[in-house]
Amino acid sequence: MSNEGVDDGRRRFLTAATSVVGAAGAAAVVWPFLASLKPSAKAQAAGAPVQADISKIEEGQQVTFVWRGSNIWVLHRSKDMLASLPKVAPQLSDPNCEQDQQPAYCKSETRSIKPEYLVMNGKCTHLGCSPSFKPDHPAPEIDANWLGGYFCPCHGSKYDLSGRVFQGMPAPLNMVVPPHRYVSDTVVMIGEDPTDAKGAA
Amino acid sequence: MAIVRNPYKTTGFLGWIDDRFPLTKMWKDHLSEYYAPKNFNFWYYFGSLALLVLVNQLLTGIFLTMNYKPGADTAFDSVQYIMRDVPWGSLIRYMHATGASAFFIVVYAHMFRGVLYGSHRKPRELIWIFGSLIYLVLMAEAFCGYVLPWGQMSYWGAQVIISLFGTIPYIGKGLVEWIQGDYVPADATLNRLFSLHVIALPFVLVGLVFAHILALHEVGSNNPDGVDIKAKKDPATHIPLDGIAFHPYYTVKDLVGISVFLIIFSAVIFFAPEGGGMVLEQPNFQAANPQVTPPEITPAWYFGVFYAMLRATPSLFHSALPGVIVMGGAVVILFFLPWLDRSPVKSWRYKGPVFRSLIILFAIDFCVLNYLGMQPVSPIHTVIARIGAVIYFGFFLLMPFYSQWEKTKPVPERVTE
Repeated sequence: MSNEGVDDGRRRFLTAATSVVGAAGAAAVVWPFLASLKPSAKAQAAGAPVQADISKIEEGQQVTFVWRGSNIWVLHRSKDMLASLPKVAPQLSDPNCEQDQQPAYCKSETRSIKPEYLVMNGKCTHLGCSPSFKPDHPAPEIDANWLGGYFCPCHGSKYDLSGRVFQGMPAPLNMVVPPHRYVSDTVVMIGEDPTDAKGAA
Repeated sequence: MAIVRNPYKTTGFLGWIDDRFPLTKMWKDHLSEYYAPKNFNFWYYFGSLALLVLVNQLLTGIFLTMNYKPGADTAFDSVQYIMRDVPWGSLIRYMHATGASAFFIVVYAHMFRGVLYGSHRKPRELIWIFGSLIYLVLMAEAFCGYVLPWGQMSYWGAQVIISLFGTIPYIGKGLVEWIQGDYVPADATLNRLFSLHVIALPFVLVGLVFAHILALHEVGSNNPDGVDIKAKKDPATHIPLDGIAFHPYYTVKDLVGISVFLIIFSAVIFFAPEGGGMVLEQPNFQAANPQVTPPEITPAWYFGVFYAMLRATPSLFHSALPGVIVMGGAVVILFFLPWLDRSPVKSWRYKGPVFRSLIILFAIDFCVLNYLGMQPVSPIHTVIARIGAVIYFGFFLLMPFYSQWEKTKPVPERVTE
């Protein structure tokens, strides 16, 4: 083939234009494949908020509900348990809950809407194991000054009865408090924020 | 260079093929006239053994897939079905599970051979990089396969490994949901790992193995002396004086290695198919239960080194990211080995006492870390693992200094055995 009389500028322009359009097309084709990996409509529906009846939980007892496949613990804390929270604060990594591990309406020592009811995702923030509920004390096998809390069997992280992590643990953060609101005095909707300021009461 | 059709001028049926496909040429280039150094020792069995195990994994994998049903509700039961009801099903599964462990033993020995004799040095850097990629894909492949039986260890192993991505700032949480296709490891997760395990990763693996061998045959094999055999050739035949044809000499030698390997491999499959809990872990005989964490989550034994370093790294700024970086760095650093080693000699036979001692120290360190990765956490284990991690990285990162600085012994002109 002869290259005589070829307009090089025109050829370069056409090569560049074709490449750009081709690249844009390729990028557009990649998108559906990557997006198909996101949670499906079915998984999203299964992840809808769940109602939890907390009326029958005794003081000091913890009940597990399941939301989005995660264990959501509801702990009915006794006076003694609530009293332990300020006592352990100096040994905690984030006693004032500065890190974004709870909704704004739970950013307090009790990490809950109602002080006695803790609603928490029972998953260690280290690598996702499920910590054991260890309310009894003293418990020298866990800690010399144990006042009750959670102990992760996988890598030994310790949390207090608000799910706040102790200092020097493999786990870096407090356990997650999921969004939740009170539908009535005894029914909690897990997975939904309170609709207004009143709902948070 | 233009392609010459049928350069060896074969005739008859073979000639008909060679006129259309380079069969004789490939046979000669890669087997009967591929000249490898004559002084290969014990360590040189592991390359061909790795190939054998790869074939074992592909064949047994094909047959397992015929009876395995991916899906959170079906996977565990279908594995029990393979074990109990499918004729010889348990044997095929044991071959596959034991093959996975054997793959890592063989590959670790193969990689250590490379470090010993400088097989990563110029001009073999790309062979080493392809090899490191193979190792990386192998780890991904092994992880996906580990999840498929959907037992307790499968589930919680997946949970731990996938949550590592959650430590990446800002995008972590979304990334984890995207990888899982759900809010927790679930049916969607299992199915995509199955797809990767049986289609995507095997394709990549086989392609990389081809590239690894092609690159090797382009530059020729290294040897325990690290001497270039192509420097001294027979003036008449142009065959390296210290080279022997791969076929029949090394095919026969490798057959001996394969025989010994198969005796050991069969013994494990027949008499200890669970490998004392190393090949098949006890918690994995229970179906996955997202609500109950097993008391100890340990990875498969071949990830012990990396798991030990992950656990031993303290978290920083409320993030477990440093541990993940250390773990990833331990793999990534392998890719740089050809440029970290500045020693004027290739083989450890001619390196000085410091380098030689450090290689032995590194091998011991690797074994200790691997052992720690399989043990429960305790303060003393954490301290040892931290020292181990420092030695692991020190071996690589200080290599440019000690390898360059140390006096070496003179290298012979020809191979010594």
